[in-house]
Amino acid sequence: MRVLDTSGFALQALWRYPLRTVMMLLAIAIGVAAVVALTGVGEAARRYVAGEFEALGTNTLIVLPGKADTSGSGLAGLLIGETARDLTIADAQALQRDRRVLRIAPIVVGGGQVSWRARSREVSVFGTSSALQVIQRWEMAAGRFLPELDLDTASPVCVTGHVVAEEVVGVDSPVGQWLRIGDTRCRIVGVLEQGGMSGAFNMDESVFVPVASAQQLFNSPGLFRIIIETRTREDLEAVQRFVIDTITDRHQGVEDVTVIRQDAVLSTFDSIFGVITMALAGIAAISLLVAGVLIMNVMLVAVAQRTDEIGLLKALGATRRQIIAIFLVESAWLALLGSACGIAVGYSLAFALSRAWPFLNFTAPPWAALSGVGIALVCGIAFGIMPARRAAQLDPVLALSA
Amino acid sequence: MITLRGICRDYSVGEEIVHALDQVDLNVAAGEYISIMGPSGSGKSTLLNIVGLLDRPTSGAYEFDGTDVARLDDDALAAVRREKIGFIFQSFHLVARLSAAENVELPMMLKGDPPQRRRKASVETLAAVGLEHRLDHRPDQLSGGERQRVAIARAIVMRPDFLLADEPTGNLDTRSGGEIIAIVEQLNAQGIGLIVVTHDPQLGRRARRRLQMIDGRIHSDTAKSHS
Repeated sequence: MRVLDTSGFALQALWRYPLRTVMMLLAIAIGVAAVVALTGVGEAARRYVAGEFEALGTNTLIVLPGKADTSGSGLAGLLIGETARDLTIADAQALQRDRRVLRIAPIVVGGGQVSWRARSREVSVFGTSSALQVIQRWEMAAGRFLPELDLDTASPVCVTGHVVAEEVVGVDSPVGQWLRIGDTRCRIVGVLEQGGMSGAFNMDESVFVPVASAQQLFNSPGLFRIIIETRTREDLEAVQRFVIDTITDRHQGVEDVTVIRQDAVLSTFDSIFGVITMALAGIAAISLLVAGVLIMNVMLVAVAQRTDEIGLLKALGATRRQIIAIFLVESAWLALLGSACGIAVGYSLAFALSRAWPFLNFTAPPWAALSGVGIALVCGIAFGIMPARRAAQLDPVLALSA
Repeated sequence: MITLRGICRDYSVGEEIVHALDQVDLNVAAGEYISIMGPSGSGKSTLLNIVGLLDRPTSGAYEFDGTDVARLDDDALAAVRREKIGFIFQSFHLVARLSAAENVELPMMLKGDPPQRRRKASVETLAAVGLEHRLDHRPDQLSGGERQRVAIARAIVMRPDFLLADEPTGNLDTRSGGEIIAIVEQLNAQGIGLIVVTHDPQLGRRARRRLQMIDGRIHSDTAKSHS
């Protein structure tokens, strides 16, 4: 029997039972669409997080107070009751002196009540330096970012997020207005462009002041973290060592600081999200397996429905292999057509999601679509074998007398 | 051409064993016209299935065209059925989703003949049974007599040596039945061996050689009683 004839014969059979065929296609399509859409969601999350980190620049180091590393001395430090010393502005200044450090942005963060005339609001207040804007690549909606000051110099100026400017200040040109933060007053020198979330913070509902002013405001000498941008990527490792050595020196020989490299964080997140995506795809693949079992059921029913046809084919001289091929090709067609529909539905879904959340890209990677089709085909054929063999084993005499 | 020696076919029904065929001996020469008659359950259909290689005997020897059938595997049997034997059934057994021409082409498709050759053969064969105007009609658009003619066309499209018919007129009115018989007898006149299983004594009497079966045995055979 010719390949084209086998496949045409199978297609005719599918065409002949439209309801059954549509139901099967639906089951497989849902499975494949789930694979495509769910991997799309996983990939979107991964790309989003990766994008957020890359926005910070790849030449950056983050210095955190305390030894967060769980391997090695960290645990021992905890056991002997050692507590982390604060990172201070003086520490940051010491780091600033190195030639390989291009920019440095210490960060202090706290909650604060900001008010303008009668209106007030609870917002996040960040103490930082002018370098932060450059490192984070923030755009200004109006005015400019914090002025370049020595890190230990306070100044009554502030920069507000977009929401604070609109809803608390609420005048056409907020720049130049005096904003009250807690008990102090400062002049607004700039408003940030709308930015949304950055990490756990909503930049639009934040106020930025010089780091020394923030320390006075919160009455605390500790820094939340220090962000360092090195001159080149190659400097990262050396600067990392330099930071640890310098701080350890300054803290009486106790290494109580953690330095995170941006690229390391990125690759960690990358692998975490890779696993999540695989898990999502795996869940979706289970629905394909269910579709496969369905194929088996329906093909068994098809064999029962068509016993006389099978008997006839045998009487006309069809071999076992031909009967098996006819039914397997039918399952394979179902799987192929079903997964084609599934891919269409899956990518449409991804497209719709991307329209609804424009800052995320839900498009599934090609390997997801390919593996969806692959699993569907393997399922279709694997679960088609049993019914096909049963058909081939039918006794033609019994089949014809039915 | 066909030689059966001591053919038995047993079925187990529950704990009982039914001897559908019991020590049947039969020789069929090329181009013979044989009718097999007998009451229900006498084994006439079983005999036809064994002759047609759809069923294997429990014991006994069967030579088809000089070949011991017992030595052929399933695929070889399928090939013999395809090339040498045509079947006609009481209930036609056409594939409902295929047109008349496609039904006729089925054996050629299974053999792997190219579409043009198949089409040419099906057109010629359907014309031979008077259905040249029904090529692309599906079975549900055809009358009973026309369906059986399509089935005959399918049975003879491979130019077989034997045509085996199991109650070919059983589902037809007298007139269509008569037409069907006229067609198969004309084919027999052209040299195809014809074996017809029937209940109908009128139809049975038309054959040159008549077998009467009772309880799985050949009770009478006109070829033997005359010789």
